[in-house]
Amino acid sequence: MGFLSALPGAIALGLIWGLMAIGVYITYKVLDFADLTVDGSICTGGAVCAVLVTAGVNVWVAMLAALLAGAAAGLLTGVFHTLMGIPAILSGILTQLILWSVNLKIMGQANLSVSARTYGVVISQLEAGWAILILFGFVSVIIGLLYWFFGTELGCGIRATGNNPNMSRAQGINVGLNKIIGLMISNALVALAGALLVQYQGFADINMGRGAIVIGLAAVIIGEALVNLICRNFAVRLAGVALGGIIYYIVYQLVIELGMDTDLLKMLSALVVAIFLAIPYWKKRYFSGFHRKKAAKEPPAPPPEGGETAAQEPPAAAPLQGGQSDV
Amino acid sequence: MCEKRPMLELKGVGKTFNRGSVNEKVALKDFDLTVEEGEFLTVIGGNGAGKSTFMNVVCGTYPVDEGKIFLGGHDVTRLPEYRRAKYLGRVFQDPMMGTSPDMEIQENLALAYRRGKVRSLMPGIRKAEKEFFRTQLARLGLGLEERMTVKAGLLSGGQRQSLTLLMATLKKPDLLLLDEHTAALDPKTAAKVLAFTEEIAAENKLTTVMVTHNMADAIRCGNRLIMMQEGRIIYDVSGEEKKSLTVEDLLERFRASAGELSDRMILS
Repeated sequence: MGFLSALPGAIALGLIWGLMAIGVYITYKVLDFADLTVDGSICTGGAVCAVLVTAGVNVWVAMLAALLAGAAAGLLTGVFHTLMGIPAILSGILTQLILWSVNLKIMGQANLSVSARTYGVVISQLEAGWAILILFGFVSVIIGLLYWFFGTELGCGIRATGNNPNMSRAQGINVGLNKIIGLMISNALVALAGALLVQYQGFADINMGRGAIVIGLAAVIIGEALVNLICRNFAVRLAGVALGGIIYYIVYQLVIELGMDTDLLKMLSALVVAIFLAIPYWKKRYFSGFHRKKAAKEPPAPPPEGGETAAQEPPAAAPLQGGQSDV
Repeated sequence: MCEKRPMLELKGVGKTFNRGSVNEKVALKDFDLTVEEGEFLTVIGGNGAGKSTFMNVVCGTYPVDEGKIFLGGHDVTRLPEYRRAKYLGRVFQDPMMGTSPDMEIQENLALAYRRGKVRSLMPGIRKAEKEFFRTQLARLGLGLEERMTVKAGLLSGGQRQSLTLLMATLKKPDLLLLDEHTAALDPKTAAKVLAFTEEIAAENKLTTVMVTHNMADAIRCGNRLIMMQEGRIIYDVSGEEKKSLTVEDLLERFRASAGELSDRMILS
């Protein structure tokens, strides 16, 4: 019974994190850039929104400001990476750390309450059903916009940048600029998700972004697993990512209901994500048949017992043999 | 005779790697070269002769230490790689490098069709273009015109090189650069891709520079041949003299200049 009553809340949270995960999808999948800025920029979005709303600014203006703040965070990471030559992961970590201070300064304290009873917010957990409806609208509009954008000349250039930077440069695409644009869009969406999260839960907290990248990746992975087999359309894949966020939170809720120690939840999430990240690698390494084929193709089979044994040996040993026969 | 203008000019270009260290390597030394409009130049040379460096400084992969580079009459010495792309069509040695594997064949072509243009928020590919791409793909004779929405990553090496070649020439470049673009293909496919290269170069009167390890190809293709060694041109031949060249002649030249012959060159 407890689980069912918590379901709307889980769906609403899932949609918010799904939106955040769409941001992660843009960097991680489209740009091939593991961007850790998001742990900071989600909080930045939340902080900006909370401060402005509590100062009496219109909530839509506050959300727009949050969006822009996120874009600025993405810009910073992009500049670190492209103009200063810092590796992607490290650029994100640096920005994340900078944002920690920035977020504290924005809020002036570590925790800021944005009560739905006092302030005009768009969504609140007090009315989860209504929140789901509005969030659904948000996610749909954003998927539509992204679908349009990544079909434009600029958007196609960004996709190519992530896919094959060498080819992109040869086709006259400014790879550095495109990475920055992608990072800005991604972090703008993440910050918007942060702004929505703050309104929904009724407070902003300096720690609200900790581990956000893992939740985002989890949603991306779940979404890919769901949708990849059915349809490769970009909009459908983004919708899959949002759905991934919802499923993540439903499972999360379920695990809590089953009495799991909540202290362990982050660890479990991270381990599950680690395993799912490993699957494509393992697939390539052990199940593609590549190594076995290569060993079989090697003309002079070195072991005197005949080539059959070579083909049946563990795949890990096969490349070694290929190497020996080359010499 | 109509007046021909130089499409590629290198003037006194020098490039040294790891300058001042024990690994110092002079890759190009006081390098001068002018390629006229419509010329098809083949470049041969042993390992470390500076062929790759020559290609890379033309593309702008790395800056030169000294000298100037002109493409189609424009000084591009200080332009970054992506801005030189306006003048260049390129095909790489590695078939993976020339296409975007997760994008459709037609999307790859659309990207190439916008080479050198500012990329706006207009649609990335238009209906009218698709028809044009279809007719162009049909010329390859690979049936790709029926598979335009297939991801480029699913194509074979030869198909990808053909597609890359088409992409490089879809918008007529001032200079077509071919960096051993058939070296990674099996002999039959290589011959096919090379034949298409010659066809497309002749038809559009493209100024072409082709680096190759295959001396027979270097002699047969194009109307001018240069041999490089230690960052210099040691042999430059064109016209009738080039037509009458044999592989033995070239080998003799190599030995005369005490060049290191790479195994690949002898074997090919």
